[in-house]
Amino acid sequence: MILDAKIPEVVTLDAKIPDGPLAEKWEKHKFNVKLVNPANKRKYDIIIVGSGLAGASAAATLAELGYNVKVFCFQDSARRAHSIAAQGGINAAKNYQNDGDSVYRLFYDTIKGGDYRAREANVYRLAQVSVNIIDQCVAQGVPFAREYGGLLANRSFGGAQVSRTFYARGQTGQQLLLGAYSALNRQIAYGKVQMFPRTEMLDLVMVDGKARGIVTRHLVTGHIESHSAHAVVLATGGYGNVFYLSTNAMGSNTTAIWRAYKKGAFFGNPCFTQIHPTCIPVSGEYQSKLTLMSESLRNDGRVWVPKAKGDKRLAKDIPEDERDYFLERKYPAFGNLVPRDVASRNAKLACDEGRGVGSTGLAVYLDFSDAIKRDGLDKVSQKYGNLFEMYAKITGEDPYQTPMRIYPAVHYTMGGLWVDYNLMTTVPGLYAAGEANFSDHGANRLGASALMQGLADGYFVLPYTIGDYLAQMPAAKVTVDHPAFKEAETNVRATIQKLLSINGTKTVDEFHKELGLLMWDYCGMARNAEGLQYAKGKIQALRKEFWSNVKLYGVNEDMNQTIEKAGRVADFIELGELMVTDALHRNESCGGHFREEYQTPENEALRDDANFAYVAAWEYTGPDSEARLNKEPLAFENVKLTQRSYK
Amino acid sequence: MAGNNPNSTPMNLTLKVWRQKNAKTPGQLVTYKVNDISPDMSFLEMFDVLNEDLLRQGQEPIAFDHDCREGICGMCSMYINGRAHGPEKGTTTCQLHMRKFKDGDTIVVEPWRANAFTVHKDLSVDRSALDRIQQAGGYVSVNTGGVPDANEIPIPKSIADKAFDAATCIQCGACVAACKNASAMLFLSAKVSQLAMLPQGKVERKTRVENMLAQHDAEGFGSCTNIGACAAECPVGISLENIAMLNREYIAAKVTSENIV
Repeated sequence: MILDAKIPEVVTLDAKIPDGPLAEKWEKHKFNVKLVNPANKRKYDIIIVGSGLAGASAAATLAELGYNVKVFCFQDSARRAHSIAAQGGINAAKNYQNDGDSVYRLFYDTIKGGDYRAREANVYRLAQVSVNIIDQCVAQGVPFAREYGGLLANRSFGGAQVSRTFYARGQTGQQLLLGAYSALNRQIAYGKVQMFPRTEMLDLVMVDGKARGIVTRHLVTGHIESHSAHAVVLATGGYGNVFYLSTNAMGSNTTAIWRAYKKGAFFGNPCFTQIHPTCIPVSGEYQSKLTLMSESLRNDGRVWVPKAKGDKRLAKDIPEDERDYFLERKYPAFGNLVPRDVASRNAKLACDEGRGVGSTGLAVYLDFSDAIKRDGLDKVSQKYGNLFEMYAKITGEDPYQTPMRIYPAVHYTMGGLWVDYNLMTTVPGLYAAGEANFSDHGANRLGASALMQGLADGYFVLPYTIGDYLAQMPAAKVTVDHPAFKEAETNVRATIQKLLSINGTKTVDEFHKELGLLMWDYCGMARNAEGLQYAKGKIQALRKEFWSNVKLYGVNEDMNQTIEKAGRVADFIELGELMVTDALHRNESCGGHFREEYQTPENEALRDDANFAYVAAWEYTGPDSEARLNKEPLAFENVKLTQRSYK
Repeated sequence: MAGNNPNSTPMNLTLKVWRQKNAKTPGQLVTYKVNDISPDMSFLEMFDVLNEDLLRQGQEPIAFDHDCREGICGMCSMYINGRAHGPEKGTTTCQLHMRKFKDGDTIVVEPWRANAFTVHKDLSVDRSALDRIQQAGGYVSVNTGGVPDANEIPIPKSIADKAFDAATCIQCGACVAACKNASAMLFLSAKVSQLAMLPQGKVERKTRVENMLAQHDAEGFGSCTNIGACAAECPVGISLENIAMLNREYIAAKVTSENIV
């Protein structure tokens, strides 16, 4: 294993961004893409892995166009994908509020919010199609919040000074996903989509250098099977569970994109992780996941800690003038609505200073008493009732009476498979959509933009760009008898047998928790070179130990949840190392990537645009050698790079 | 680590858990002791602790379904002490916390039981029948693109709110597990009435109710006898009114429909 070898650099990546003015690129591109004639579409098969917002919307739309689609998800129903858990809302540049919003402003806010590490052309397209998403969802019967006049309601979110967020109480994700799921169901009923629930992708199969299928394992029977197609889309979400504790669902994993990475798809900006500021703090060792409290709460909740260190009085006993509303104090323009990375880092700073609250000292208050005084209990409960209830269930405390205690938690990964303007990875015929790609959010995602991106990719981008690819390839099918499939199946079986045969002394969860702590301590909200070096060595050792000492149970031909977990954690360990490598190489701070060595005197992130205005796209070079760094330089032709300021 | 509660004294509990190898093999309740359970743990975290213990002792962990652990994905599905999702009203199993139990309690945990839900293993069952009911008509037939501007379809807030209440169903199947007839009528009615109330869904309301109901019966779910156990156990509070609306929709469709199934 090479520890300190210099990382070799090579290719400059071409993102295939269309020429022309920013506002015309997508229109022009849509005209220039090649089309598959309607009668020929039925000759092409497309595999989609993941059934969340990006996967379900892409599957439904591609099937409506006439392609044959196969959809895979590990959950027992497509409707349970983790998009379902998104609470707050979805952004769109509708300007229904007449408050100065526009496509350009949404584009600008997103680029700035991402700390200038996203691709201008993609973000502009995202802002453009955002308006179509809302129309589509309403037509499907998605019950967005409405005003008394019957028109749609909006609210504001972090990082924006306009109200452009559409919402469905505190369960916008569920309602949008049910819309996409219903469109998917309609195509399943028509026979255009074949659905494979409780089925996990374990390898990508390539024939003649192109993605032509996948190998899967059925999670009830253990049956290992191949599926072939003309193109493969990975819409498998983010990899926040590399931290063990996160707001992700228990099953959310990196396996599909990681195995694609090992087959040649480059991994973009793996270290860009979003730590969400408003989550319920950890309560004990047994903790299995962290629960988010929607960012919308920051519209009315005020964040504070005691002014004095180690003040252990109850919140109600701390007088007003002994409280520090630190976000309002430091960022008067945005106040409690600063972007997530800024809010999280400031909560950490307050706790590091010894001013944290609660029994662990790792929490800050989110206080609604002023909102209740101003608007009345009823109004506050109308807006946030279900979130307050959820908080009370988990903590046993009543947020109407005492302020909530919140602390940042891993929530979203901006990194993911590198894709070009067409959302194609570096493997021809392999696409990545939604959170699974390195996406449009740069180094920090704004609230209510994940749902927007997932649906933009699935409903409005992939259906065009995949057609362009398929139009240029013959309709002849590759069968699963092809040696490439047989070889991949053999490898998948061998890996599972290897895992089962180790019969060591540590469970998969023990390894996962160990990895999670390393990642949180050294590659979390604040990072430094020394810590990252240390973590890298520890993760490499952990990987060795995993493959010699992990303990599973039983056999493959069964519902065996230890096999599922082991495969995922094996991949998380490898990914963890790549994240650390990426964080170590990026000698600057930007968005969610905060390197302690690079900060302004006011503790804000200090970017280095001269040297790091690029996407780091890592290339797999083998199990024991360093990943190779490739770069996509980011050209900013429309926005001026400035020090992000929310003051 | 100290929990959130001042009185977080650990508890010792006895669990009787349904173990079943697969759909073809008969199952049985097996007794386990779990000790030092914190009241701040969720019910599923208590199962995590038990499973880790079993695994370390070389025994097979208990298979159970779960995913988001924040009460929204609908994947968790335990029948606890004779109640779907356990004793706390309006709560999924993953959001049930051990502070609802007392030291020394015996807790019986079974899978959802219904003809239409076969057991995969232990506490995990096959709920794909619910997906097939949705596929029979739980949608508005619009393709992507070519739809009107969102604000061209004004909907009175009161109707939008009511439709929303119906749309909150998480498809967990607790209504089926709670019903003595193993009927999925509450689940089905939630989708039918959500779409029947909204202008977007009115166009297909007749075929929808007929097709979804036919699929419900074909899957082997029982009939509704208006007992209301479903609504009492529903973790998200889907109202029994939806079943009344379903009946009205169905009768209206039957007497006026040109689309006979």
